[in-house]
Amino acid sequence: MKFSDFVASGAIRSHVDSSTKEGVIREMATALVEAGRIPASDLESIVKAILKREDLGTTGIGRGVAVPHTKHPSVDKLVGTVAVSQEGIDFDSLDGDPVHLFFLLVSPPDQPGQHLRALENISRQLRDDAFCRELKAAKAPADIQHLLEAADNHGMVS
Amino acid sequence: MQQAVSRDVVVGLKQGLHARPADMLAREARKWQSRIELVSKSQRVDGKSILEVLTLAAEEGTRLVVEVAGPDATEALAAIVRLFDSNFHENDETAVDTAGRITTP
Repeated sequence: MKFSDFVASGAIRSHVDSSTKEGVIREMATALVEAGRIPASDLESIVKAILKREDLGTTGIGRGVAVPHTKHPSVDKLVGTVAVSQEGIDFDSLDGDPVHLFFLLVSPPDQPGQHLRALENISRQLRDDAFCRELKAAKAPADIQHLLEAADNHGMVS
Repeated sequence: MQQAVSRDVVVGLKQGLHARPADMLAREARKWQSRIELVSKSQRVDGKSILEVLTLAAEEGTRLVVEVAGPDATEALAAIVRLFDSNFHENDETAVDTAGRITTP
């Protein structure tokens, strides 16, 4: 799976306004609503479900990266977005470091394979330090979009 | 004393080896001195790294080999296999039902 298979380009954010875990999750979910990828009527339910999932254990997987996610019946195909916090946000990460890169995923309840393959793609690409560094340095959503496209075109994942 | 041991395991999780079980696995693996690797058909990853474990994208039913080498290999292997056997305590998985309500079965 590639980034372009699930990242809603209109929902990418290079400078999140929030400084809290709930805030950034809400901001990203709202961006998906604005991009027309999830219904506005399901925003609260989706935000709540993602926060509930965080309560079970942080999705801050280290290296300044978090992957907040949930399954939700409002989507019939995996949808996600990417956001960057220049300041970094405390996300109770496994390594204690603040999080700068967020990949938010909403997947259909009955298709765990899509979610796994998105996680696979994200984690595989993030092993590349240069990729992480360039994403964190992105100045505009278009920069992030280009970096994701470049990663997709490296052909490391199918 | 160095030991090298291995065991076959099967992913029994309905959702596959997703973020939370991958985290549990990496956390458990880091408690041990031994090198702990997971081997699938196509790759071999470091069990102490959640990022590496997630690159397996191991769905339910995937067969993996846990390979452990080091001074505490036997105990480490047993601990990792126990996680797979207990299905990573997956029962408290958060889910959302068709009406959009959060359910925690």
